[in-house]
Amino acid sequence: MAKQITIISGKGGTGKTTLTASIAALAESAVLADCDVDAADLHLILTPHINETHDFAGGFSATIDPKACTSCGLCLDACRYDAISDDFAVNDLMCEGCGACFDICPAQAVIFKRETAGQWFESTTRFGPMVHAALAAGQDNSGKLVSQVRKRANEIAEEQNKDLVIIDGPPGVGCPVISAVTGVDLILICAEPTPSGRHDLLRVLELAGHFGIPAALCMNKSDLAPEKSREILSEAQQNGAHFVGSLPYDTQAVAAMMQSKSVVEFYEGPLVKAIEEVWANTTELVSSLTKPDN
Amino acid sequence: MQISIASGKGGVGKTTIAVNLARIAAKDVTYADCDVEAPNGHLYLKPTIDETKDHSVKVARVDDAKCNSCGVCQDKCRFNALAVLPGHVMVFDELCHGCGACVLACPEDAIYEIERPIGVIETGRADGVRFVGGRINIGEAMSPPLIRAVKRAVAKDELVILDAPPGTSCPVVNSVSGTDYCVMTTEPTPFGLHDLTLAVGMIRRMGIPFGVVVNRVGLGDDRVHEYCRRENIEILAEIPDDRRAAKAYAEGIIAVDVIPDWHAIFVNLWQRLLARAASTNQSA
Repeated sequence: MAKQITIISGKGGTGKTTLTASIAALAESAVLADCDVDAADLHLILTPHINETHDFAGGFSATIDPKACTSCGLCLDACRYDAISDDFAVNDLMCEGCGACFDICPAQAVIFKRETAGQWFESTTRFGPMVHAALAAGQDNSGKLVSQVRKRANEIAEEQNKDLVIIDGPPGVGCPVISAVTGVDLILICAEPTPSGRHDLLRVLELAGHFGIPAALCMNKSDLAPEKSREILSEAQQNGAHFVGSLPYDTQAVAAMMQSKSVVEFYEGPLVKAIEEVWANTTELVSSLTKPDN
Repeated sequence: MQISIASGKGGVGKTTIAVNLARIAAKDVTYADCDVEAPNGHLYLKPTIDETKDHSVKVARVDDAKCNSCGVCQDKCRFNALAVLPGHVMVFDELCHGCGACVLACPEDAIYEIERPIGVIETGRADGVRFVGGRINIGEAMSPPLIRAVKRAVAKDELVILDAPPGTSCPVVNSVSGTDYCVMTTEPTPFGLHDLTLAVGMIRRMGIPFGVVVNRVGLGDDRVHEYCRRENIEILAEIPDDRRAAKAYAEGIIAVDVIPDWHAIFVNLWQRLLARAASTNQSA
Protein backbone atom coordinates (compact mmCIF):
# COMPACT_ATOMS: atom_id res chain seq x y z
CA MET A 1 0.00 0.00 0.00
CA ALA A 2 1.16 3.53 -0.75
CA LYS A 3 2.65 5.50 2.11
CA GLN A 4 0.72 8.57 3.18
CA ILE A 5 2.20 11.88 4.29
CA THR A 6 0.08 14.78 5.56
CA ILE A 7 1.48 18.30 5.63
CA ILE A 8 -0.04 20.48 8.34
CA SER A 9 0.98 23.42 10.53
CA GLY A 10 -1.61 24.22 13.19
CA LYS A 11 -1.27 27.91 12.44
CA GLY A 12 -2.37 28.96 8.96
CA GLY A 13 -0.16 30.72 6.47
CA THR A 14 3.17 29.18 7.46
CA GLY A 15 3.86 27.82 3.96
CA LYS A 16 2.10 24.42 3.94
CA THR A 17 0.71 24.65 0.43
CA THR A 18 3.84 26.28 -1.01
CA LEU A 19 5.89 23.41 0.42
CA THR A 20 3.35 20.81 -0.74
CA ALA A 21 3.45 22.14 -4.32
CA SER A 22 7.23 21.78 -4.41
CA ILE A 23 7.04 18.31 -2.90
CA ALA A 24 4.49 17.41 -5.61
CA ALA A 25 7.08 18.47 -8.18
CA LEU A 26 9.88 16.50 -6.51
CA ALA A 27 8.00 13.29 -5.69
CA GLU A 28 8.38 10.74 -8.46
CA SER A 29 5.42 8.48 -7.94
CA ALA A 30 2.70 10.17 -5.94
CA VAL A 31 -0.99 10.94 -5.83
CA LEU A 32 -1.82 14.41 -4.51
CA ALA A 33 -4.74 15.10 -2.20
CA ASP A 34 -5.79 18.61 -1.20
CA CYS A 35 -7.58 18.13 2.10
CA ASP A 36 -7.82 21.82 3.02
CA VAL A 37 -11.34 21.58 1.68
CA ASP A 38 -12.76 24.87 2.90
CA ALA A 39 -9.87 27.01 1.61
CA ALA A 40 -8.21 24.83 -1.00
CA ASP A 41 -5.29 26.52 -2.76
CA LEU A 42 -3.06 23.75 -4.12
CA HIS A 43 -4.94 23.77 -7.43
CA LEU A 44 -3.82 27.38 -8.00
CA ILE A 45 -0.26 26.08 -8.41
CA LEU A 46 -0.87 22.62 -9.84
CA THR A 47 -3.59 23.86 -12.30
CA PRO A 48 -5.26 20.44 -12.51
CA HIS A 49 -7.26 19.27 -15.48
CA ILE A 50 -10.50 18.01 -13.93
CA ASN A 51 -11.51 14.61 -15.32
CA GLU A 52 -14.41 13.84 -13.02
CA THR A 53 -16.62 15.95 -10.75
CA HIS A 54 -18.66 14.39 -7.96
CA ASP A 55 -21.28 15.95 -5.71
CA PHE A 56 -20.57 15.65 -2.03
CA ALA A 57 -23.65 14.82 0.02
CA GLY A 58 -23.10 16.50 3.37
CA GLY A 59 -25.22 16.26 6.44
CA PHE A 60 -28.95 16.74 6.78
CA SER A 61 -30.65 20.07 7.07
CA ALA A 62 -34.14 21.01 8.25
CA THR A 63 -36.66 23.45 6.82
CA ILE A 64 -40.14 24.16 8.16
CA ASP A 65 -43.17 24.33 5.89
CA PRO A 66 -45.09 27.38 7.18
CA LYS A 67 -48.35 26.04 5.75
CA ALA A 68 -48.16 22.87 7.82
CA CYS A 69 -46.65 24.45 10.96
CA THR A 70 -49.08 24.97 13.86
CA SER A 71 -46.62 27.12 15.86
CA CYS A 72 -46.77 24.69 18.78
CA GLY A 73 -43.15 25.44 19.71
CA LEU A 74 -41.97 21.88 20.39
CA CYS A 75 -39.19 22.23 17.82
CA LEU A 76 -37.91 25.38 19.53
CA ASP A 77 -37.49 23.44 22.77
CA ALA A 78 -35.91 20.46 21.03
CA CYS A 79 -33.34 22.45 19.01
CA ARG A 80 -30.09 22.94 20.93
CA TYR A 81 -28.42 25.03 18.26
CA ASP A 82 -30.62 28.15 18.31
CA ALA A 83 -31.28 27.40 14.65
CA ILE A 84 -35.05 27.99 14.75
CA SER A 85 -36.39 31.53 15.00
CA ASP A 86 -39.43 32.52 17.06
CA ASP A 87 -41.46 32.66 13.87
CA PHE A 88 -40.39 29.10 12.98
CA ALA A 89 -37.84 29.60 10.24
CA VAL A 90 -34.66 27.49 10.24
CA ASN A 91 -31.32 29.26 9.90
CA ASP A 92 -29.56 26.75 7.66
CA LEU A 93 -26.12 27.98 8.71
CA MET A 94 -26.82 27.19 12.36
CA CYS A 95 -28.74 23.93 11.75
CA GLU A 96 -26.66 20.96 12.92
CA GLY A 97 -28.77 18.45 10.97
CA CYS A 98 -29.60 16.38 14.06
CA GLY A 99 -33.27 15.87 13.21
CA ALA A 100 -34.61 16.51 16.72
CA CYS A 101 -37.15 19.01 15.30
CA PHE A 102 -38.17 16.57 12.56
CA ASP A 103 -38.66 13.78 15.08
CA ILE A 104 -40.70 15.85 17.51
CA CYS A 105 -42.95 17.85 15.15
CA PRO A 106 -46.53 16.57 15.59
CA ALA A 107 -47.69 18.29 12.37
CA GLN A 108 -45.04 16.81 10.06
CA ALA A 109 -44.13 20.36 9.10
CA VAL A 110 -40.37 19.77 9.15
CA ILE A 111 -38.73 18.81 5.89
CA PHE A 112 -35.48 17.03 6.64
CA LYS A 113 -33.13 16.06 3.86
CA ARG A 114 -29.54 15.65 2.89
CA GLU A 115 -27.87 18.68 1.34
CA THR A 116 -25.26 18.85 -1.35
CA ALA A 117 -22.41 20.38 0.62
CA GLY A 118 -19.77 20.67 -2.06
CA GLN A 119 -17.98 18.85 -4.82
CA TRP A 120 -14.89 16.78 -5.19
CA PHE A 121 -12.74 16.27 -8.23
CA GLU A 122 -10.46 13.67 -9.80
CA SER A 123 -7.87 15.46 -11.85
CA THR A 124 -4.59 15.21 -13.69
CA THR A 125 -1.71 17.57 -13.06
CA ARG A 126 1.76 17.91 -14.56
CA PHE A 127 2.99 16.03 -11.48
CA GLY A 128 0.48 13.21 -11.53
CA PRO A 129 -3.05 12.48 -10.37
CA MET A 130 -4.76 14.77 -7.87
CA VAL A 131 -7.94 14.55 -5.83
CA HIS A 132 -9.33 17.79 -4.46
CA ALA A 133 -12.57 19.33 -3.28
CA ALA A 134 -14.54 22.48 -2.73
CA LEU A 135 -16.77 22.65 0.32
CA ALA A 136 -19.71 25.00 -0.14
CA ALA A 137 -19.26 28.14 1.95
CA GLY A 138 -20.48 27.82 5.50
CA GLN A 139 -20.92 24.05 5.43
CA ASP A 140 -20.11 21.57 8.14
CA ASN A 141 -18.99 17.98 7.55
CA SER A 142 -15.61 19.08 6.26
CA GLY A 143 -14.12 16.01 7.97
CA LYS A 144 -16.33 13.72 5.90
CA LEU A 145 -15.26 15.44 2.70
CA VAL A 146 -11.61 15.07 3.72
CA SER A 147 -12.17 11.34 4.24
CA GLN A 148 -13.78 11.11 0.80
CA VAL A 149 -10.82 12.85 -0.87
CA ARG A 150 -8.33 10.60 0.93
CA LYS A 151 -10.27 7.44 0.14
CA ARG A 152 -10.25 8.17 -3.59
CA ALA A 153 -6.57 9.24 -3.53
CA ASN A 154 -5.66 5.91 -1.93
CA GLU A 155 -7.68 3.99 -4.51
CA ILE A 156 -5.93 5.83 -7.35
CA ALA A 157 -2.55 5.06 -5.78
CA GLU A 158 -3.53 1.40 -5.73
CA GLU A 159 -4.84 1.42 -9.32
CA GLN A 160 -1.83 3.22 -10.73
CA ASN A 161 0.85 1.62 -8.56
CA LYS A 162 1.94 4.86 -6.92
CA ASP A 163 4.18 4.72 -3.85
CA LEU A 164 2.95 7.81 -2.08
CA VAL A 165 -0.11 9.84 -1.25
CA ILE A 166 0.77 13.45 -0.40
CA ILE A 167 -1.93 15.22 1.57
CA ASP A 168 -2.14 19.00 1.97
CA GLY A 169 -3.92 19.44 5.28
CA PRO A 170 -6.05 22.21 6.80
CA PRO A 171 -5.01 24.57 9.62
CA GLY A 172 -6.04 24.00 13.24
CA VAL A 173 -6.39 20.75 15.19
CA GLY A 174 -10.11 20.04 14.79
CA CYS A 175 -12.42 17.84 12.74
CA PRO A 176 -10.90 18.20 9.23
CA VAL A 177 -7.34 17.95 10.59
CA ILE A 178 -8.15 14.78 12.49
CA SER A 179 -9.65 13.34 9.29
CA ALA A 180 -6.55 14.38 7.34
CA VAL A 181 -4.06 12.68 9.69
CA THR A 182 -5.71 9.50 10.97
CA GLY A 183 -3.85 6.46 9.72
CA VAL A 184 -1.11 8.31 7.80
CA ASP A 185 2.53 7.22 7.98
CA LEU A 186 3.93 10.65 8.74
CA ILE A 187 2.77 14.12 9.68
CA LEU A 188 5.10 16.75 8.19
CA ILE A 189 4.70 19.98 10.12
CA CYS A 190 5.58 23.23 8.39
CA ALA A 191 6.22 25.71 11.20
CA GLU A 192 7.51 29.27 11.50
CA PRO A 193 9.67 30.76 14.26
CA THR A 194 7.11 33.08 15.86
CA PRO A 195 5.24 32.79 19.17
CA SER A 196 2.06 31.72 17.32
CA GLY A 197 4.00 29.32 15.13
CA ARG A 198 5.58 27.71 18.16
CA HIS A 199 2.33 27.54 20.13
CA ASP A 200 0.37 25.92 17.31
CA LEU A 201 3.24 23.59 16.38
CA LEU A 202 3.23 22.20 19.93
CA ARG A 203 -0.53 21.64 19.72
CA VAL A 204 -0.14 19.76 16.45
CA LEU A 205 2.65 17.66 17.96
CA GLU A 206 0.35 16.82 20.85
CA LEU A 207 -2.28 15.79 18.30
CA ALA A 208 0.24 13.55 16.53
CA GLY A 209 1.12 11.99 19.90
CA HIS A 210 -2.56 11.57 20.76
CA PHE A 211 -3.08 9.48 17.62
CA GLY A 212 0.34 7.80 17.76
CA ILE A 213 1.46 9.15 14.39
CA PRO A 214 5.15 9.98 13.77
CA ALA A 215 5.75 13.69 13.15
CA ALA A 216 8.55 15.56 11.41
CA LEU A 217 9.33 19.26 11.59
CA CYS A 218 10.29 21.55 8.73
CA MET A 219 11.14 25.01 10.04
CA ASN A 220 10.15 27.62 7.48
CA LYS A 221 11.71 31.12 7.38
CA SER A 222 14.18 29.98 10.04
CA ASP A 223 16.71 32.68 9.14
CA LEU A 224 14.27 35.40 10.22
CA ALA A 225 14.76 34.32 13.83
CA PRO A 226 17.65 31.83 14.04
CA GLU A 227 17.82 31.78 17.83
CA LYS A 228 14.08 31.28 18.21
CA SER A 229 14.19 28.57 15.51
CA ARG A 230 16.80 26.63 17.46
CA GLU A 231 14.77 26.90 20.66
CA ILE A 232 11.58 25.75 18.96
CA LEU A 233 13.40 22.90 17.24
CA SER A 234 14.80 21.54 20.48
CA GLU A 235 11.40 21.89 22.17
CA ALA A 236 9.76 20.05 19.26
CA GLN A 237 12.35 17.29 19.42
CA GLN A 238 11.74 16.89 23.14
CA ASN A 239 8.10 16.44 22.21
CA GLY A 240 8.87 13.63 19.83
CA ALA A 241 9.35 15.40 16.51
CA HIS A 242 11.91 14.30 13.93
CA PHE A 243 13.71 17.13 12.16
CA VAL A 244 13.87 17.20 8.37
CA GLY A 245 15.33 20.62 7.74
CA SER A 246 14.95 24.39 7.63
CA LEU A 247 13.92 26.70 4.81
CA PRO A 248 15.18 30.27 4.38
CA TYR A 249 12.84 33.21 3.93
CA ASP A 250 12.79 34.02 0.23
CA THR A 251 10.54 36.42 -1.68
CA GLN A 252 10.85 34.07 -4.67
CA ALA A 253 8.26 31.86 -2.95
CA VAL A 254 5.58 34.51 -3.55
CA ALA A 255 6.99 35.32 -7.00
CA ALA A 256 6.57 31.65 -7.97
CA MET A 257 3.01 31.62 -6.61
CA MET A 258 2.15 34.69 -8.71
CA GLN A 259 2.96 32.64 -11.79
CA SER A 260 1.22 29.43 -10.67
CA LYS A 261 4.52 27.64 -10.32
CA SER A 262 6.02 25.63 -7.52
CA VAL A 263 9.24 27.10 -6.12
CA VAL A 264 11.39 24.25 -7.41
CA GLU A 265 10.17 24.80 -10.99
CA PHE A 266 10.54 28.55 -10.78
CA TYR A 267 14.18 29.27 -10.09
CA GLU A 268 17.48 27.95 -8.79
CA GLY A 269 18.51 29.14 -5.37
CA PRO A 270 19.11 28.37 -1.72
CA LEU A 271 15.40 27.87 -1.03
CA VAL A 272 15.19 25.20 -3.73
CA LYS A 273 18.23 23.37 -2.35
CA ALA A 274 16.69 23.49 1.11
CA ILE A 275 13.34 22.13 -0.09
CA GLU A 276 15.10 19.29 -1.92
CA GLU A 277 16.94 18.43 1.27
CA VAL A 278 13.75 18.52 3.34
CA TRP A 279 12.08 16.19 0.87
CA ALA A 280 15.04 13.80 0.73
CA ASN A 281 15.09 13.62 4.54
CA THR A 282 11.33 13.15 4.66
CA THR A 283 11.29 10.24 2.20
CA GLU A 284 14.18 8.62 4.04
CA LEU A 285 12.33 9.02 7.32
CA VAL A 286 9.11 7.57 5.90
CA SER A 287 10.83 4.49 4.57
CA SER A 288 12.60 3.94 7.89
CA LEU A 289 9.33 4.09 9.81
CA THR A 290 7.24 0.98 10.02
CA LYS A 291 3.67 1.27 11.12
CA PRO A 292 3.03 -0.66 14.32
CA ASP A 293 -0.05 -2.38 12.86
CA ASN A 294 1.52 -3.89 9.74
CA MET B 1 -21.40 45.83 19.66
CA GLN B 2 -19.27 43.09 18.16
CA ILE B 3 -16.69 43.32 15.39
CA SER B 4 -15.36 40.03 14.07
CA ILE B 5 -11.96 39.60 12.41
CA ALA B 6 -11.99 36.74 9.90
CA SER B 7 -10.14 35.47 6.82
CA GLY B 8 -10.48 32.71 4.26
CA LYS B 9 -6.78 31.94 4.23
CA GLY B 10 -4.91 31.37 7.46
CA GLY B 11 -1.84 33.37 8.45
CA VAL B 12 -2.81 36.58 6.69
CA GLY B 13 -2.93 38.65 9.87
CA LYS B 14 -6.23 38.11 11.70
CA THR B 15 -4.63 37.94 15.11
CA THR B 16 -2.20 40.75 14.28
CA ILE B 17 -5.12 43.01 13.37
CA ALA B 18 -7.23 41.91 16.34
CA VAL B 19 -4.54 42.49 18.97
CA ASN B 20 -3.39 45.79 17.47
CA LEU B 21 -6.98 47.03 17.46
CA ALA B 22 -7.44 45.81 21.02
CA ARG B 23 -4.34 47.76 22.05
CA ILE B 24 -5.70 50.94 20.42
CA ALA B 25 -9.17 50.53 21.93
CA ALA B 26 -7.64 49.55 25.30
CA LYS B 27 -9.96 49.74 28.29
CA ASP B 28 -13.07 50.15 26.14
CA VAL B 29 -12.91 46.73 24.64
CA THR B 30 -13.10 42.97 25.11
CA TYR B 31 -10.88 40.72 23.01
CA ALA B 32 -12.58 37.35 22.41
CA ASP B 33 -10.49 34.55 20.90
CA CYS B 34 -12.78 32.20 18.96
CA ASP B 35 -9.91 30.51 17.13
CA VAL B 36 -10.10 27.77 19.73
CA GLU B 37 -8.06 25.25 17.72
CA ALA B 38 -5.10 27.58 17.36
CA PRO B 39 -5.62 30.42 19.83
CA ASN B 40 -2.82 32.98 19.57
CA GLY B 41 -4.10 36.34 20.85
CA HIS B 42 -2.90 35.65 24.39
CA LEU B 43 0.69 35.32 23.14
CA TYR B 44 0.65 39.04 22.26
CA LEU B 45 -1.83 40.57 24.69
CA LYS B 46 -0.25 38.51 27.52
CA PRO B 47 -3.31 38.69 29.77
CA THR B 48 -3.38 37.91 33.45
CA ILE B 49 -5.88 35.06 33.62
CA ASP B 50 -8.34 35.38 36.51
CA GLU B 51 -10.40 32.35 35.76
CA THR B 52 -10.06 29.11 33.78
CA LYS B 53 -13.22 27.08 33.42
CA ASP B 54 -13.76 23.71 31.81
CA HIS B 55 -16.39 23.76 29.12
CA SER B 56 -18.41 20.60 28.72
CA VAL B 57 -20.84 19.30 26.16
CA LYS B 58 -23.66 16.86 26.68
CA VAL B 59 -23.08 13.30 25.64
CA ALA B 60 -25.59 10.46 25.65
CA ARG B 61 -25.47 7.52 28.06
CA VAL B 62 -27.78 4.55 28.01
CA ASP B 63 -29.08 2.84 31.12
CA ASP B 64 -28.70 -0.84 30.21
CA ALA B 65 -31.20 -1.82 32.91
CA LYS B 66 -33.98 0.17 31.18
CA CYS B 67 -32.86 -0.45 27.58
CA ASN B 68 -34.61 -3.20 25.62
CA SER B 69 -32.28 -2.90 22.60
CA CYS B 70 -35.10 -1.72 20.32
CA GLY B 71 -32.65 0.23 18.16
CA VAL B 72 -34.71 3.43 17.79
CA CYS B 73 -31.86 5.58 19.13
CA GLN B 74 -29.42 4.17 16.61
CA ASP B 75 -31.85 4.94 13.78
CA LYS B 76 -32.50 8.46 15.03
CA CYS B 77 -28.85 9.40 15.55
CA ARG B 78 -27.79 11.19 12.36
CA PHE B 79 -24.16 11.21 13.48
CA ASN B 80 -23.72 7.43 13.84
CA ALA B 81 -22.69 7.91 17.44
CA LEU B 82 -24.69 4.97 18.83
CA ALA B 83 -24.29 1.25 18.24
CA VAL B 84 -26.95 -1.02 19.71
CA LEU B 85 -25.52 -4.38 20.76
CA PRO B 86 -27.37 -7.15 22.57
CA GLY B 87 -27.74 -5.94 26.15
CA HIS B 88 -25.64 -2.82 25.67
CA VAL B 89 -25.54 0.42 23.65
CA MET B 90 -22.14 1.83 22.81
CA VAL B 91 -21.78 5.62 22.56
CA PHE B 92 -18.93 7.05 20.51
CA ASP B 93 -18.32 10.24 22.46
CA GLU B 94 -16.35 12.08 19.76
CA LEU B 95 -19.17 11.54 17.27
CA CYS B 96 -21.98 12.57 19.63
CA HIS B 97 -23.19 16.10 18.83
CA GLY B 98 -25.16 16.34 22.08
CA CYS B 99 -28.33 17.12 20.13
CA GLY B 100 -30.65 15.12 22.36
CA ALA B 101 -32.52 13.44 19.49
CA CYS B 102 -31.91 10.00 21.01
CA VAL B 103 -33.17 11.17 24.40
CA LEU B 104 -36.39 12.38 22.78
CA ALA B 105 -36.74 9.21 20.72
CA CYS B 106 -36.15 6.51 23.34
CA PRO B 107 -39.50 4.88 24.17
CA GLU B 108 -38.09 3.40 27.41
CA ASP B 109 -36.65 6.68 28.79
CA ALA B 110 -33.38 4.81 29.04
CA ILE B 111 -31.13 7.57 27.70
CA TYR B 112 -29.69 10.30 29.87
CA GLU B 113 -26.88 12.77 29.31
CA ILE B 114 -23.63 13.45 31.10
CA GLU B 115 -21.24 16.36 30.75
CA ARG B 116 -17.98 15.77 28.91
CA PRO B 117 -15.27 18.46 28.98
CA ILE B 118 -13.99 19.48 25.52
CA GLY B 119 -11.90 22.52 26.35
CA VAL B 120 -11.44 25.55 28.57
CA ILE B 121 -12.60 29.15 28.64
CA GLU B 122 -10.12 31.62 30.08
CA THR B 123 -10.99 35.12 31.19
CA GLY B 124 -8.62 37.84 32.33
CA ARG B 125 -7.24 41.30 31.68
CA ALA B 126 -4.46 42.67 29.53
CA ASP B 127 -3.57 46.31 30.17
CA GLY B 128 -7.21 47.29 30.47
CA VAL B 129 -8.48 45.02 27.71
CA ARG B 130 -10.85 42.35 28.97
CA PHE B 131 -9.68 38.99 27.63
CA VAL B 132 -11.88 35.98 26.87
CA GLY B 133 -10.47 32.98 25.05
CA GLY B 134 -11.32 29.37 24.32
CA ARG B 135 -8.92 26.48 23.86
CA ILE B 136 -10.12 23.10 22.62
CA ASN B 137 -8.62 19.93 24.07
CA ILE B 138 -6.33 18.07 21.68
CA GLY B 139 -8.16 15.23 19.95
CA GLU B 140 -11.58 16.89 20.13
CA ALA B 141 -13.07 17.23 16.67
CA MET B 142 -15.93 19.66 17.21
CA SER B 143 -15.09 23.22 18.10
CA PRO B 144 -18.43 25.02 17.52
CA PRO B 145 -19.86 24.28 21.02
CA LEU B 146 -16.73 25.83 22.59
CA ILE B 147 -16.88 28.80 20.20
CA ARG B 148 -20.49 29.41 21.21
CA ALA B 149 -19.41 29.25 24.86
CA VAL B 150 -16.75 31.94 24.26
CA LYS B 151 -19.45 34.11 22.74
CA ARG B 152 -21.76 33.52 25.69
CA ALA B 153 -18.97 34.64 28.00
CA VAL B 154 -19.22 38.19 26.66
CA ALA B 155 -22.18 40.40 27.56
CA LYS B 156 -24.53 41.94 25.00
CA ASP B 157 -23.51 45.50 25.82
CA GLU B 158 -19.76 44.90 25.57
CA LEU B 159 -17.68 46.30 22.73
CA VAL B 160 -16.01 43.17 21.39
CA ILE B 161 -13.18 42.44 18.99
CA LEU B 162 -13.73 38.81 18.05
CA ASP B 163 -10.80 36.87 16.59
CA ALA B 164 -12.25 34.14 14.33
CA PRO B 165 -10.64 30.95 12.98
CA PRO B 166 -9.59 30.81 9.30
CA GLY B 167 -11.63 29.23 6.52
CA THR B 168 -15.28 29.22 5.57
CA SER B 169 -16.77 26.22 7.38
CA CYS B 170 -18.83 25.74 10.54
CA PRO B 171 -16.31 27.06 13.12
CA VAL B 172 -16.10 30.34 11.18
CA VAL B 173 -19.86 30.60 10.74
CA ASN B 174 -20.36 30.04 14.46
CA SER B 175 -17.75 32.68 15.28
CA VAL B 176 -18.93 35.54 13.07
CA SER B 177 -22.64 34.78 13.37
CA GLY B 178 -24.44 37.59 15.20
CA THR B 179 -21.53 40.05 15.02
CA ASP B 180 -22.39 43.55 13.83
CA TYR B 181 -19.56 43.90 11.38
CA CYS B 182 -16.85 41.67 9.97
CA VAL B 183 -13.32 42.60 8.96
CA MET B 184 -12.27 40.22 6.20
CA THR B 185 -8.49 40.01 6.19
CA THR B 186 -6.40 39.03 3.19
CA GLU B 187 -3.04 39.42 1.52
CA PRO B 188 -2.46 40.43 -2.13
CA THR B 189 -1.41 36.97 -3.37
CA PRO B 190 -3.25 34.38 -5.48
CA PHE B 191 -3.93 32.27 -2.37
CA GLY B 192 -5.13 35.33 -0.48
CA LEU B 193 -7.45 36.38 -3.31
CA HIS B 194 -8.86 32.91 -3.90
CA ASP B 195 -9.69 32.34 -0.23
CA LEU B 196 -11.04 35.90 0.07
CA THR B 197 -13.59 35.19 -2.66
CA LEU B 198 -14.73 32.08 -0.77
CA ALA B 199 -14.97 33.98 2.51
CA VAL B 200 -16.91 36.82 0.85
CA GLY B 201 -19.36 34.20 -0.47
CA MET B 202 -19.87 32.98 3.09
CA ILE B 203 -20.23 36.39 4.73
CA ARG B 204 -22.66 37.64 2.07
CA ARG B 205 -24.77 34.54 2.55
CA MET B 206 -24.86 35.33 6.26
CA GLY B 207 -25.91 38.90 5.58
CA ILE B 208 -23.24 40.44 7.80
CA PRO B 209 -21.85 43.82 6.69
CA PHE B 210 -18.12 43.62 6.04
CA GLY B 211 -15.06 45.31 4.62
CA VAL B 212 -11.60 44.12 3.67
CA VAL B 213 -8.23 44.82 5.23
CA VAL B 214 -5.38 44.09 2.85
CA ASN B 215 -2.31 43.08 4.81
CA ARG B 216 1.28 42.93 3.49
CA VAL B 217 0.64 45.38 0.69
CA GLY B 218 3.73 45.40 -1.51
CA LEU B 219 3.82 41.64 -1.67
CA GLY B 220 2.15 40.15 -4.74
CA ASP B 221 0.06 42.35 -7.01
CA ASP B 222 -3.17 44.38 -7.18
CA ARG B 223 -5.63 41.60 -8.06
CA VAL B 224 -7.19 41.79 -4.58
CA HIS B 225 -7.74 45.52 -5.05
CA GLU B 226 -9.28 44.94 -8.47
CA TYR B 227 -11.55 42.27 -7.05
CA CYS B 228 -12.77 44.58 -4.26
CA ARG B 229 -13.40 47.40 -6.75
CA ARG B 230 -15.35 45.07 -9.03
CA GLU B 231 -17.39 43.64 -6.16
CA ASN B 232 -17.98 47.02 -4.54
CA ILE B 233 -16.27 46.00 -1.32
CA GLU B 234 -14.78 48.69 0.88
CA ILE B 235 -11.07 48.41 1.60
CA LEU B 236 -10.93 49.53 5.21
CA ALA B 237 -7.16 49.68 5.50
CA GLU B 238 -3.99 48.73 3.71
CA ILE B 239 -1.20 47.50 5.91
CA PRO B 240 2.26 47.54 4.34
CA ASP B 241 4.52 44.50 4.10
CA ASP B 242 6.90 45.61 6.80
CA ARG B 243 9.92 43.78 8.17
CA ARG B 244 9.71 45.81 11.39
CA ALA B 245 6.23 44.42 11.98
CA ALA B 246 7.35 40.88 11.14
CA LYS B 247 10.19 41.26 13.62
CA ALA B 248 7.83 42.57 16.33
CA TYR B 249 5.46 39.65 15.66
CA ALA B 250 8.33 37.16 15.94
CA GLU B 251 9.25 38.67 19.30
CA GLY B 252 5.71 38.62 20.66
CA ILE B 253 5.42 42.42 20.54
CA ILE B 254 2.29 44.26 19.40
CA ALA B 255 3.32 46.44 16.45
CA VAL B 256 1.44 49.62 17.43
CA ASP B 257 3.48 49.70 20.65
CA VAL B 258 6.75 50.12 18.76
CA ILE B 259 6.04 51.41 15.23
CA PRO B 260 4.55 54.94 15.14
CA ASP B 261 3.13 54.73 11.60
CA TRP B 262 1.36 51.48 12.52
CA HIS B 263 -0.19 53.27 15.45
CA ALA B 264 -1.67 55.80 13.02
CA ILE B 265 -2.97 53.08 10.67
CA PHE B 266 -4.76 51.28 13.48
CA VAL B 267 -6.22 54.41 15.09
CA ASN B 268 -7.75 55.18 11.69
CA LEU B 269 -8.98 51.64 11.18
CA TRP B 270 -10.55 51.53 14.64
CA GLN B 271 -12.40 54.83 14.10
CA ARG B 272 -13.67 53.59 10.77
CA LEU B 273 -14.81 50.26 12.24
CA LEU B 274 -16.69 51.95 15.07
CA ALA B 275 -18.50 54.08 12.52
CA ARG B 276 -19.36 51.13 10.28
CA ALA B 277 -20.51 48.89 13.12
CA ALA B 278 -22.56 51.70 14.69
CA SER B 279 -24.37 52.44 11.44
CA THR B 280 -25.32 48.78 10.95
CA ASN B 281 -26.35 48.60 14.60
CA GLN B 282 -28.78 51.48 14.06
CA SER B 283 -30.20 50.21 10.80
CA ALA B 284 -30.73 46.76 12.28
